[in-house]
Amino acid sequence: MNSRPAPSSDQAVPAGRALVPGLALLVVALSLASLAIGPAPIGIGTAAQALVQDLGSATIVVRELRLPRTLLALLIGGTAGLTGAALQGLLRNPLADTSVFGAPQAAALGAVLVLYFGLAGAHSWALPAAAIAGALLSIGLVVTIAGRRSTVVVLVLAGLAVGSLAGAATSLALSLSPNPYALYEIVFWLLGSLEDRSRAHLLLFAPFAALAGALLLGTGPGLRALALGEETAASLGVNVARLRLMIVVAAAVGTGAATAVAGSIGFVGLVAPHLVRPLVSHDPARTLVPAGLAGAALLLAADCAVRLIPSAVEVKVGVLTAVLGVPFFLWIIARRRAELAETPA
Amino acid sequence: MRGDLHARNLSADLGRRRVLAAVDLTLQPGLLTVVIGPNGAGKSTLLRALAGLQPAAAGTVLLGDRPVAALASGERARAIAYLPQGGSIAWPLPVAHVVTLGRLPHGERPGALRPVGRAAVAAALAAVGLAGFEGRVATELSGGERARVLLARALATNSPVLLADEPVAALDPRHQLVVLDVLKSRARGGATVVAVMHDLALAARFADRLVLLAEGRVRAEGAPAAVLTEAELARSFGIETRVTIQDERVAITPLRPLTIDENRNSS
Repeated sequence: MNSRPAPSSDQAVPAGRALVPGLALLVVALSLASLAIGPAPIGIGTAAQALVQDLGSATIVVRELRLPRTLLALLIGGTAGLTGAALQGLLRNPLADTSVFGAPQAAALGAVLVLYFGLAGAHSWALPAAAIAGALLSIGLVVTIAGRRSTVVVLVLAGLAVGSLAGAATSLALSLSPNPYALYEIVFWLLGSLEDRSRAHLLLFAPFAALAGALLLGTGPGLRALALGEETAASLGVNVARLRLMIVVAAAVGTGAATAVAGSIGFVGLVAPHLVRPLVSHDPARTLVPAGLAGAALLLAADCAVRLIPSAVEVKVGVLTAVLGVPFFLWIIARRRAELAETPA
Repeated sequence: MRGDLHARNLSADLGRRRVLAAVDLTLQPGLLTVVIGPNGAGKSTLLRALAGLQPAAAGTVLLGDRPVAALASGERARAIAYLPQGGSIAWPLPVAHVVTLGRLPHGERPGALRPVGRAAVAAALAAVGLAGFEGRVATELSGGERARVLLARALATNSPVLLADEPVAALDPRHQLVVLDVLKSRARGGATVVAVMHDLALAARFADRLVLLAEGRVRAEGAPAAVLTEAELARSFGIETRVTIQDERVAITPLRPLTIDENRNSS
């Protein structure tokens, strides 16, 4: 075998060093684009200016209408990318993601139940709490069923089953729905959109994003050791049970809260880590931050795209991410079919 | 830190099954101790318990005079390196990255090694014959090369205790000898080295001390010539063998499995 001129892990890959600043610039550029896109024609320059000084109606449109939507896309995408990278590292499985575990559906079900029984209004904390509980249930269930040594197949099947169960329960709620308004709300959660999101939604989501981010950013060293399996990681001083709990809780908080404010927007967390991993020598710890930035960029770009696609009604961004994400999921399976069949998760 | 490891009346359960029962052992620095025994004898559980990764149902494991279970996880990780059976590497990581993970207990990480860590990684790779492989992708190596990368990872910790579960199972004869030489020289350097092995001939050739485990208990321990007798092998493994001692070396020729009746008579 010929020696492949890969870099030693002592030096970062040249592309890796510029990765975080490069992605951060991309996120800034996409954020500005997101502020500039909408029914009122406002250029990127004007949009940026409207953020910092009062330009009258342009400032109102940019700050009050578009900024919450842009920041939500950034935070939800960033949390999803970070969550996907951590879950894939934890389960040593490139197919792990909350959307594969049925978490958005379960979170939607939690939110639907709260609304259905009239327990809370659309801006109450009870809504994200219920969605988080739903997500926690599904992620916890999949991680428990799949177990520590299960194969990728078992993991995906467990996710499929839990997702189907949540979907069936949501369908039941749909079919028993007493009024059209409740139906509309439920459908909104199933589709996922950032349309008309307000500052209130942003404020509702931000603390949960901060919590999930803080938990996940601390998992790097543990994930690095976990690349060699749970026993080796434990022998290297990693508390694997605590690491697993932190990631499951953070994934549930991020996914649940995101679903509560914007509905089910899946597959960003599945795709983002794959885009950056080759640029950081596949180091699970150094995948985290770039995956978060890539997730933010992906969702910002998708949310710009749905506003630019010419159609009578705006395409839901959750539909777009699923339409792009599922083929990506299949592509990973096809590309790694042989090794996935044997890889313990 | 002291490297003498002691099991005192150690019992351990897997689920509800008692896998280790009242094991008393002292593992000395400077010696390569090889644990042998039939499948299901509790060898791997013993090693995990010694590493502090398997909670004891009764009894204790002491490192020097301190219970391993009471050590902080970082301190334990610096003192005891553990190489599990058939370890896997989840991502296509460069070889140098994998070996550097052995430095995590010292607060070092890939891209941030101190000179002592850099030297330990280089020495570990050289010891297993993989110098020059630093930049290769570990998951693209042959099974034998991968096993040696994982051993180098355990060596790089430079811990006073090294526990290896079947470190030569995946290797060809040449690399079995290479790895056992590495373990032996680690022991000669003052470390407490314990390896679980199935190959009795190799165990006889390399072990300073043998521990024969059967049904969760220590059936025999001591020098290879004292443990590897035809009667003991019949009793513990249920096999008929021819054991000869030439130039103080034990040579074992396996002949046939004993029938259940013969086995009962021998034990």
